[in-house]
Amino acid sequence: MTFAFYVIAALTVAGGLAAVLLRNTVHCALAVTIAFAGLAMLFLDLDAQFAGFAQILVYIGAVAILIVFAILLTRNSETPRDGVFSRNWFAGLFVAAAIFAVLGWAVLHSIAVLPNHAAVPAVTVAQIGQALVGRYVLPLEIVALLLTAAMIGAVIIALDEKGRTK
Amino acid sequence: MFGEGILKGLAETAKNFFGSYVSADRLTTVEYPEKRLEPIEAARVFPFLVYDGGDWQAGLRCVACQICEKECPPKCIYIEKSKDKKPDAVGKMQFYPTRFDIDVSVCMSCQICVEVCPFDAIKMDKLFELATDDRFGGLILDRGMLAKSNQYFHGIHPTEAAEVDARLTAERAKSAAKAGAPAAKDAGRPQPPPPGEK
Amino acid sequence: MIDHPIVYQADQIFVLLKHWLIGQLPSSVQPAAGVLLSVVVIICLFPALFAVTTIIERKGLGRMQNRLGPNRTGPFGILQPIADGIKSLTKEDIVPTSADGVVHFLAPVLLVVVVFMGFAVLPMGRNMALTDMDAGLLFFFAIGASTELSVFMAGWSSRNKYSLLGAMRAVAQMISYEVPLLLSSVAVVMITGSLSLNKIVEAQNHYTWGLPHWYIFTPWGLAGFLIFCIAATAETNRSPFDLPEGESELVAGYHTEYSGFKFALFFLGEYVGMFSISGLGATLFLGGWSAPLQILNFIPSWFWFFSKLMAAICVFIWMRGTFPRLRQDQLMNFAWKFCLPLVLTNLFVTALWRFLGEGWLRWALCTAILVVVYVAMARAEMRSGHFGSRRYRYAE
Repeated sequence: MTFAFYVIAALTVAGGLAAVLLRNTVHCALAVTIAFAGLAMLFLDLDAQFAGFAQILVYIGAVAILIVFAILLTRNSETPRDGVFSRNWFAGLFVAAAIFAVLGWAVLHSIAVLPNHAAVPAVTVAQIGQALVGRYVLPLEIVALLLTAAMIGAVIIALDEKGRTK
Repeated sequence: MFGEGILKGLAETAKNFFGSYVSADRLTTVEYPEKRLEPIEAARVFPFLVYDGGDWQAGLRCVACQICEKECPPKCIYIEKSKDKKPDAVGKMQFYPTRFDIDVSVCMSCQICVEVCPFDAIKMDKLFELATDDRFGGLILDRGMLAKSNQYFHGIHPTEAAEVDARLTAERAKSAAKAGAPAAKDAGRPQPPPPGEK
Repeated sequence: MIDHPIVYQADQIFVLLKHWLIGQLPSSVQPAAGVLLSVVVIICLFPALFAVTTIIERKGLGRMQNRLGPNRTGPFGILQPIADGIKSLTKEDIVPTSADGVVHFLAPVLLVVVVFMGFAVLPMGRNMALTDMDAGLLFFFAIGASTELSVFMAGWSSRNKYSLLGAMRAVAQMISYEVPLLLSSVAVVMITGSLSLNKIVEAQNHYTWGLPHWYIFTPWGLAGFLIFCIAATAETNRSPFDLPEGESELVAGYHTEYSGFKFALFFLGEYVGMFSISGLGATLFLGGWSAPLQILNFIPSWFWFFSKLMAAICVFIWMRGTFPRLRQDQLMNFAWKFCLPLVLTNLFVTALWRFLGEGWLRWALCTAILVVVYVAMARAEMRSGHFGSRRYRYAE
């Protein structure tokens, strides 16, 4: 728990809070990006280079842009008149608390907090790559298939009704 | 072959690039303040007032009929008509402009004033370097600045000036013949001297 | 030849200089001072190169169009960048009233910061990379992906339809072309077996009969390099892919509402982005800092890196002087229907190259596959009317 950790954690939490609390939807999307960047920096702080860079590449480079596009292409980004909170925010709070409890429980029972956590291996990108195409090749292929199916589905939805591919 | 056009285009610009260092005739740019091109004869910029003879106040062809002022699309001409009359080039008594201003910041060089003038008094000039640091007063040309001699007109637009002179001579000869003796002496000459005294 | 002491010192002059300078400091601050020094040098060097590039670009474009180019400021106009710089620094910084002030301010800052970060992993000479990251290439692309966000921020916060349209175009274009850009680099990673840019350069720094083992001199390398060039041009919004700032329809795209220093920052960001992507291209396919011939090894490595970089910049300028701007649908078709299949083929060919072993067979096979796929796809696209000369439906 170093100084850098607290700075990055504060940034991440602030980004997350801003994403929930800000009134302008595009501002929310940008705040979420700050939270993503904070997460990436946390990964890098933990010497997980691959996870950190993948976080930046996928979340800032693609997901944030996707969110922004979705906001701009679906409805106007003006502030809703009747506040940003939905009426059943209490249920949302409950769900969030439940998820937090589960995650907390999982973290507290993970290997990292066990006494002999000194032997955390330094994982290089090459090792991750070898694991992905070696031991975990089946899950990788399944994920790839799933994504391809999702993409084809998206294309079919976007196709013209009469079947013209224009 | 697909992509051939791209290579051809690249070759063309490369040829231009290196050619511009080798052959001087590729670079057609004339570097303006140091070198200048003579404007072509039909060039027109802003209007000016033509006068006959040597004295612009006496020989101004304009009779302050104000047609140009009315026709001017951007309304850049301002004329004040005189109360008295003075003899024009053929000795006929005419009004004259006591004030004739053209705001060249408004003028759009359309030449309509020239087209409508029945007296061939206003013509287009070739001068274009009229920049000034006074953008209000400095761009309003008054009578004195606008008045230029017929010789100057011959200098910048020789063809048009010759045609105008021929027409004016014919008209003046006709009117002289109709009116009889008094004006005949002056009408025979293309550029009559200014009438003596006013 | 690098073993000769004078050659070695010329090669390592900046490294030795840095070590000497840091040696003057107390040992506790030495690591931090070393990083700081390198960062300061990078931050000073590339804007200086940017200034040189603007004058090269303006003169070069002029010559390609049979003009003279700027020639009034100083002898042959070489002081023009200084005049431009003073002009943009002293101009009024206008923020539109309806603009989103904070985001409007942050966009150019983010762009420049992100663009400069790319240089952290580029090896600019022997032992001259700021950091030797294991996942250097990944870092570069991750950082590059963040520029899209700043472009979007600029366009959205200006509250101007042209800015927003330009930003949407730019983001769509950059995301589309990031795919071929990444995949063409993956081929290099497959052969080298490392994401570290230093290792990629080392792998190319061998010579056979005095000729280098650059990846561009292989079938898959040449194809990958060409696709990389196309994608890099689109990624940096350069002509002929400069639709985001197409002045005929969008005024200036996402930086329409920027003036003065912020506009200069966008301009700087664009050019520094060009430098970093050119540097990456040189590192991946043109052997980075290695000399083009073995006998030229006595010339310092940093000289070769920067020559390759500037050569790439000149090609950028050359392309800008040659090609007309594409239409948005042509741009997208080209990325998804031409570049993507081609780059996937290239990945396959690269794998084939890797496993066929030495010999003429892999040369013939790989070249044949690439050429056949290229010709077949080009013909199919021509027939479907996506490419080729334009047919006007109503005008004929």
